[in-house]
Amino acid sequence: MKQVLIISGKGGTGKTALTASFAVLAGKKVTADCDVDAADMHLLMHPRIREKHEFRSGFKAVTAKDKCQSCGLCRNTCRFQAIREDFTVDPLTCEGCGLCARVCPAGAIHMEENRSGEWFLSDTPYGTLVHAKLGIAEENSGKLVVKVRQAAKEAAEEEGADFILIDGPPGIGCPVIASLGQIDLAVVVTEPTLSGLHDLLRVEELTKHFKVKTGVVINKYDINPQVADEIESACRKRGTLILGRIPFSESVSHAIVAGIPPVSYRDPEISERITAVWEKIKQELV
Amino acid sequence: MILSIASGKGGTGKTTIAVNLALSLGTVQLLDCDVEEPNAHLFLKPVISYRHPAYVPIPKIDYQKCTYCGKCAEVCAYHAIAALARSEERRGSVLVFPNLCHGCGACSLLCPEKAITETNREIGTVEIGQAGEIQFIHGRLNIGEAMAPPLIKKVKQYLNPAQTVILDAPPGTSCPMVTSVKGSDFCLLVTEPTPFGLNDLVLAVETVRALGVPCGVVINRSDIGDDQVKLYCRDENIPILLEIPFERKIAELYSTGIPLVTARPKWRERFQKMFSQIQAMSGVPQ
Repeated sequence: MKQVLIISGKGGTGKTALTASFAVLAGKKVTADCDVDAADMHLLMHPRIREKHEFRSGFKAVTAKDKCQSCGLCRNTCRFQAIREDFTVDPLTCEGCGLCARVCPAGAIHMEENRSGEWFLSDTPYGTLVHAKLGIAEENSGKLVVKVRQAAKEAAEEEGADFILIDGPPGIGCPVIASLGQIDLAVVVTEPTLSGLHDLLRVEELTKHFKVKTGVVINKYDINPQVADEIESACRKRGTLILGRIPFSESVSHAIVAGIPPVSYRDPEISERITAVWEKIKQELV
Repeated sequence: MILSIASGKGGTGKTTIAVNLALSLGTVQLLDCDVEEPNAHLFLKPVISYRHPAYVPIPKIDYQKCTYCGKCAEVCAYHAIAALARSEERRGSVLVFPNLCHGCGACSLLCPEKAITETNREIGTVEIGQAGEIQFIHGRLNIGEAMAPPLIKKVKQYLNPAQTVILDAPPGTSCPMVTSVKGSDFCLLVTEPTPFGLNDLVLAVETVRALGVPCGVVINRSDIGDDQVKLYCRDENIPILLEIPFERKIAELYSTGIPLVTARPKWRERFQKMFSQIQAMSGVPQ
């Protein structure tokens, strides 16, 4: 069983559209949406939820007004400026360290377990999907990603799947790092722009740092073939695999509006190019 | 006035809006808070005059004083310290995991032997410079660092509330976006008229409402999708302040790092007009 992570560095390059397309092509697979704070895979995969689980992570401080003596020690001690002037706690800023509760001389602060989100195991026309929803303004996206990955692996083992396809988050921070564990191939989807190239180099440094085999797909490449060439040249210099190029097409937006993975929509050139990329990915996983 | 530009979905055009707004307004500050993948500098090409490493505190154990009592491990909410008591067979040990540490200070404050002090760990760099009339500040997170918010806070320390501040936020709705948008007078949410754009816009609106920041919407590539975003904004009473139709030429300019208002000066007026509307709506004195 091989685990393929689709990331980008830069947002909006086409990770979700491509991951859903790979899910159409891949045969026996489980798909996971690890972009937990802006999850979109369900819009192309149309899941029927089989199991729903609560995700609890970390704590938040809560003050009891009746016990509070307004001494202000909590406000002075909190490193995150999470305690307001009226000694109530701002849950959006509280990082759950618990120090205020420990120092409060009146015992007026206690820690409550934080219900940060939910995760789901679902059936879709393209196989099992594990996905999640992080609560608004929550932390611990990395922990929820780990949960989704674990559940996907268990489902894949149960089903005897050949692949786990993982739609990753943008950026290089904790949710991306949490997505990189046990990955056989990181597919970086980029675009032929200065921003795309800049961000690709950073996320690729991250995958190399974690010793994960990395390949690049240049999406919408004909917007700037010169920058596309620069990207391929940079890849060659760094020993990064070049998995393919996909042209820009308005049909991809139409496919997304219609809720259909682009590989299954009406543009034969797009279908052909995405399929070629998937074939290359399979070759690299052997 | 502090105006943040956020989204939910990546790649909708936050940096495009932030950069072009700043170029249209004259003497402003532009803070690029997308410290994982900063892009604004690619368009503004600032002359950097200061570079500061950014540090977070981590515990440092004085083994002369440490009795391996384990109090530090007990009070650490993030499992960033592990302590093994001394026994007949072995010396005790205390292990710090810097990547898990949130810098709350609990261990050093509560160590009964005063054996823990704090030392600095570098997580990234803050760069400050000038691009014409624009004072430019951004942060670059070191590759492999999990947490963006501490660096975002360092970038925001340079924020001058007496000026007009344009703040380019990272994508998503979790802690990096929240840390960036918190304290803004207004938040402009950039979206696209597709199911992905709408899904993530709804999450972003919930987040800025939880932060108590008024918001408005910019629809980028406004003619490539459906009308669901417009209907949502109408139902929620969220003003749509700008619509930018898709134009391949604009995408091509973007790909080479040329700002829209540089290539099409008529757009300056549109951005200035939008800014005046925002000032009126946010109640910040002009």
